[in-house]
Amino acid sequence: MTSILRFRKLCFSSVTPKSANTIRSEDTVIPEAKHTSTAVKPKRRRSGIWSCIDSCCWAIGYLCTAWWLLLFLYNSVPVPAMLQAPESPGTRLSREGVKAHYPVVLVPGIVTGGLELWEGRPCAEGLFRKRLWGGSFTEILRRPLCWLEHLSLDSETGLDPAGIRVRAVRGLVAADYFSPCYFAWAVLIENFAKIGYEGKNLHMASYDWRLSFHNTEVRDQSLSRLKSKIELMYVTNGYKKVVVVPHSMGAIYFLHFLKWVETPLPNGGGGGGSGWCAKHIKAVVNIGPAFLGVPKAVSNLLSAEGKDIAYARALAPGLLDSELLKVQTLEHLIRMSHSWDSIVSLLPKGGEAIWGDLDASPEEDLTCTFSKRKSLQPSLTNLHTQNISVKQELWVKEPTKFGRIIAFGKRASELPSSQLSSLNIKELSRVNNTSNDSLPCGEYWSEYSEMSRESIVKVAENTAYTATTVFDLLRFIAPKMMRRSEAHFSHGIAENLDDPKYGHYKYWSNPLETKLPDAPEMEMYSLYGVGIPTERSYIYKLSTSSGKCKSNIPFRIDGSVDGKDVCLKGGARFVDGDESVPVISAGFMCAKGWRGKTRFNPSGMETFVREYKHKPPGSLLENRGTESGAHVDIMGNVGLIEDVLRIAAGASGQELGGDRVYSDVLKISERIKIRL
Amino acid sequence: MPLIHRKKPTEKPSEEEVPDDEDSQKKPHESSKTHKKSSGGGVDKGKWSCVDSCCWFIGCVCVTWWFLLFLYNAMPASFPQYVTEAITGPLPDPPGVKLKKEGLKAKHPVIFIPGIVTGGLELWEGKQCADGLFRKRLWGGTFGEVYKRPLCWVEHMSLDNETGMDPAGIRVRAVSGLVAADYFAPGYFVWAVLIANLAHIGYEEKNMYMAAYDWRLSFQNTEVRDQTLSRMKSNIELMVSTNSGKKAVIVPHSMGVLYFLHFMKWVEAPAPMGGGGGPDWCAKYIKAVMNIGGPFLGVPKAVAGLFSAEAKDVAVARAIAPGFLDTDIFRLQTLQHVMRMTRTWDSTMSMIPKGGDTIWGGLDWSPEKGHTCFGKKQKSNGTRGEDGENSVSKTKPVNYGRIISFGKEVAEAPPSEIKNIDFRGAVKGQSVPNNTCRDVWTEYHDMGIGGIKAIAEYKVYTADAVIDLLHYVAPKMMARGSAHFSYGIADDLDDPKYQHHRHWSNPLETKLPNAPEMEIFSLYGVGIPTERSYVYKLNQSPDSCIPFQIFTNAHEEDEDSCLKAGVYNVDGDETVPVLSAGFMCAKAWRGKTRFNPSGIKTYVREYNHSPPANLLEGRGTQSGAHVDIMGNFALIEDIMRIATGGNGSDIGHDQVYSGIYEWSERIDLKL
Repeated sequence: MTSILRFRKLCFSSVTPKSANTIRSEDTVIPEAKHTSTAVKPKRRRSGIWSCIDSCCWAIGYLCTAWWLLLFLYNSVPVPAMLQAPESPGTRLSREGVKAHYPVVLVPGIVTGGLELWEGRPCAEGLFRKRLWGGSFTEILRRPLCWLEHLSLDSETGLDPAGIRVRAVRGLVAADYFSPCYFAWAVLIENFAKIGYEGKNLHMASYDWRLSFHNTEVRDQSLSRLKSKIELMYVTNGYKKVVVVPHSMGAIYFLHFLKWVETPLPNGGGGGGSGWCAKHIKAVVNIGPAFLGVPKAVSNLLSAEGKDIAYARALAPGLLDSELLKVQTLEHLIRMSHSWDSIVSLLPKGGEAIWGDLDASPEEDLTCTFSKRKSLQPSLTNLHTQNISVKQELWVKEPTKFGRIIAFGKRASELPSSQLSSLNIKELSRVNNTSNDSLPCGEYWSEYSEMSRESIVKVAENTAYTATTVFDLLRFIAPKMMRRSEAHFSHGIAENLDDPKYGHYKYWSNPLETKLPDAPEMEMYSLYGVGIPTERSYIYKLSTSSGKCKSNIPFRIDGSVDGKDVCLKGGARFVDGDESVPVISAGFMCAKGWRGKTRFNPSGMETFVREYKHKPPGSLLENRGTESGAHVDIMGNVGLIEDVLRIAAGASGQELGGDRVYSDVLKISERIKIRL
Repeated sequence: MPLIHRKKPTEKPSEEEVPDDEDSQKKPHESSKTHKKSSGGGVDKGKWSCVDSCCWFIGCVCVTWWFLLFLYNAMPASFPQYVTEAITGPLPDPPGVKLKKEGLKAKHPVIFIPGIVTGGLELWEGKQCADGLFRKRLWGGTFGEVYKRPLCWVEHMSLDNETGMDPAGIRVRAVSGLVAADYFAPGYFVWAVLIANLAHIGYEEKNMYMAAYDWRLSFQNTEVRDQTLSRMKSNIELMVSTNSGKKAVIVPHSMGVLYFLHFMKWVEAPAPMGGGGGPDWCAKYIKAVMNIGGPFLGVPKAVAGLFSAEAKDVAVARAIAPGFLDTDIFRLQTLQHVMRMTRTWDSTMSMIPKGGDTIWGGLDWSPEKGHTCFGKKQKSNGTRGEDGENSVSKTKPVNYGRIISFGKEVAEAPPSEIKNIDFRGAVKGQSVPNNTCRDVWTEYHDMGIGGIKAIAEYKVYTADAVIDLLHYVAPKMMARGSAHFSYGIADDLDDPKYQHHRHWSNPLETKLPNAPEMEIFSLYGVGIPTERSYVYKLNQSPDSCIPFQIFTNAHEEDEDSCLKAGVYNVDGDETVPVLSAGFMCAKAWRGKTRFNPSGIKTYVREYNHSPPANLLEGRGTQSGAHVDIMGNFALIEDIMRIATGGNGSDIGHDQVYSGIYEWSERIDLKL
């Protein structure tokens, strides 16, 4: 920039005298001789043109100069004290003498990891080893269809389509910043560095988050690499165990890894032998873990409407919502996300036992304290210190039926269960009614195009689906996708964990169908934000599309449904959570399912729940805030960073202060009756 | 930004038209009006000519710039290629595309080992002045910081004088992953072309790995500080096992060649000092080592670099800012700073010529004797080799053995006429020639006039004497360095002292591993004049702290002379002379020798340099220059054929253009 500036100034200095000359000559010419009139004319014409192009140039030049001047000032003026960031936890801890101890492995979640192109179609020429996902996303705008084609996986196998290889970026750069100004791990990494971490004891286990967990090993050997990396770091750091920090979906990816690594080689495991985890892992510090899935994944698969599971929407909201492109864009997105197995891993696990049935749900009476608070005190500061009397006042009529994850129409979401239509979805046929003569809109693959309108209507008639029956709905709507993905993921609860069938890899990422490894000294943490309304169940409607295009997504979230309180807004019901993961999913396992010696945790490793109350940034200057509890922003939360650093530097859970709970997670867990 | 500005012109004119109608309104900066008035009133002309025309001009430039930028972006990506093809005729397919058509597929995992200078370094912990540079590149990339805060940069890039490790409070680490050395600076490829071609036949990061290391450290220290060797071992093991047991192909470049020699000894040595991989580790995991431009026996350039910081690109620092370094105002400081910085880097000492007079020649002989430098002629007809050897040179034979000589006469005089006055015992003297140099640390300020004179009076230094010279000139640095590197020839390789790690990177003091199936290639460019020995003079200038300088006025009238600007050149790749790159594979390791007890097959593959025909070709696809050779299609094809399962005889055994065999014959070394 400065060099250009300098260059221009140089040119300018050589030109100014000239222009000054011309003007001066004009001066002298007017009173003088006749033969100069020919010389005057072109100059006059020039002044005529001047008003148009030249003034543009002038204006632009003026703006540029002003801009550069400001930029220069901005760069040269020291940051005023009030804008200076408060001391980072890393600096403070380093002064307290906290030093790097255990090597650290970071496991990113879905969406935040970068993906780059290794082999592509002709339309992606010049993008070799450039990021398709993450970074500035400029390619979406430039060649959207090409981009979609390259990010989609094969709809049959869930692996690469022929001739396309898109791979995860490696190293810390994979997920430090999601896009240039939107940090994911960067703040945490910087704080780690302050207490002495560097490349040799800090590793980012990036993986292709579109694939099913087993396929990351089949295609890229990501699990083997992670194993070898942990072993190496264990040895090169003087036989110190490793602290693992997974985020979001990374938490269940790492659960999968824990089982994989101890399973013998012939059974498709890593062959580390039992005791591998006990030997190599000190603690697993899950940040915002989606242990039991997120309801958002359901809406995402049904109608591509999850609010931020696919950031794609947030990136181009105008594009998605404009009526012109709407038909195309959402269809394309649903097609792309249906080809990603990993989203299926985030569907709610544990069925009605965890998420509640048609009539009752664990959170039912603990709700809607947001509403009052939001209107009274927008800052949400003393969320849970509010006296309980408010809560009880608010709980007026019937308990909200959160168990109905998908309900068609507001009535269906509130009616007593006896009045709902008792449709057995498994018996419905999805025969394509050929009389429905509309043609598919494009060549893109969406299984909706194979469904007849009648069956769609039947599915949606006065029905509500719970965490168990919602799978029937999904299987009905997208049979191929579910068949493909359910070979990789399972969402039930194990009756008998010793059943040999649970040796199959599809159970490994479900904490309710696996045992934790035999590692009594290992520690399990669950760190997550609370105090933000989080989607828990949805009210749907049939989309009233013109019907021109058969592959239209037939269901929409009924955005017009708003309740009296904030718990029902825009067609979604909300509970406490971190904006993406409800408390029940993030906290239940550590608060109850694994607490003490249970059948899921036979060796009785210690578990800790640490919640961070959300506090929105006080001003715009604070950017995303240092006390946020939101799903991704929490990685910049100073409290959380301090906890993670202390664990990495050798502190145990007890030294941190054990549990730290603000939400009702303990009460909610009490209500969930599963055999432990 | 362009978006914002492009909108502006549409708004502005409309604003400006309004005051045209209502003349009563006056805006002082309204240029269009002022100009219009100039025909009548002419009062505001003075104002216009100054700021406004400036703005106008900047605006004009901006608009054209954006317009061109827009055109450039709108242009299809294949356009430059199309133009090039139109001018030079159809280009050959890149080797990746060609071999893919032949049906070759990725097979063996490939490991790259970058050389000195080309790997990126980033900041992990720094002093106050480096605020905001966390995890930003200090080395590689745009080098923006060199200009912004040069002293801060030098401070962070330097290592500790005593230990050769991090100074307190500063941690600069190697960038890891393929990005570490794919591009050195934007647009200046190093490994990128090779990577792109390998990707064509199915390679990706799971079977391609860049073993980046901190190239400033001595080899053993990379393990001590960063465990780089352990990481490399673990990665090779992992890649071999995940690629169903197919052995790895190693591709080191430049100093990476020595680094990998060190690795091969380290990995088989027992645990405390070595990697504990056992005596057959290399046989189990390595298929081939394809050394690109390997300075097996060191480079004379390293001597000049250490002696007077004047090597042309051992420290590319100079090339990056040539104007900056050569301006007289900055010179006295800059060179000193560069010297001080490079002297803290142990790795530069790994490249000091090895093997002494036996390899590099004595006072009166050198292996390359009789080599003639045909300079331009060679380049034009492109045929070299035998006719170069046959034609009797008219010029006086060059005494390449004299790596440093003081004065041109001395460089040419017969050995009997040179009177050496031994400098080794000379008192360095206490008087400091120039006090201004004090704040910049080089060991020259410990040396008085007496010492400097003694050095100059010794007149001529051969490869052996050069090492003594460096010991004398920079005792601290050499003391640090000789704990990590050694430059001799082993008499008895079984002597237990050769188990120390300082010998591991010297091919003349180690045996190759016991791996009869392994293959070692030496791939390098020839046909470019390469520095071989120097003519020095005392630096008379009172400002300079470095008392010696290359005598750049020393040259012959004859155009064919090897002496140019104080430097005698031989054949090579611009950095590494043929002798250093080729000798080991051409002779010392050929067959079963004491350096190669298991008889590993060796191949010498030379690539004749032909400069790019025109500017459009960039750095050329047939270059033989030290770094540009990584874009040489023939070399890439050879590497790919080996990586896809070929062996040395599949790619045609040796391929020799230079006089390497003849020169190797002249070297009398027990094998």
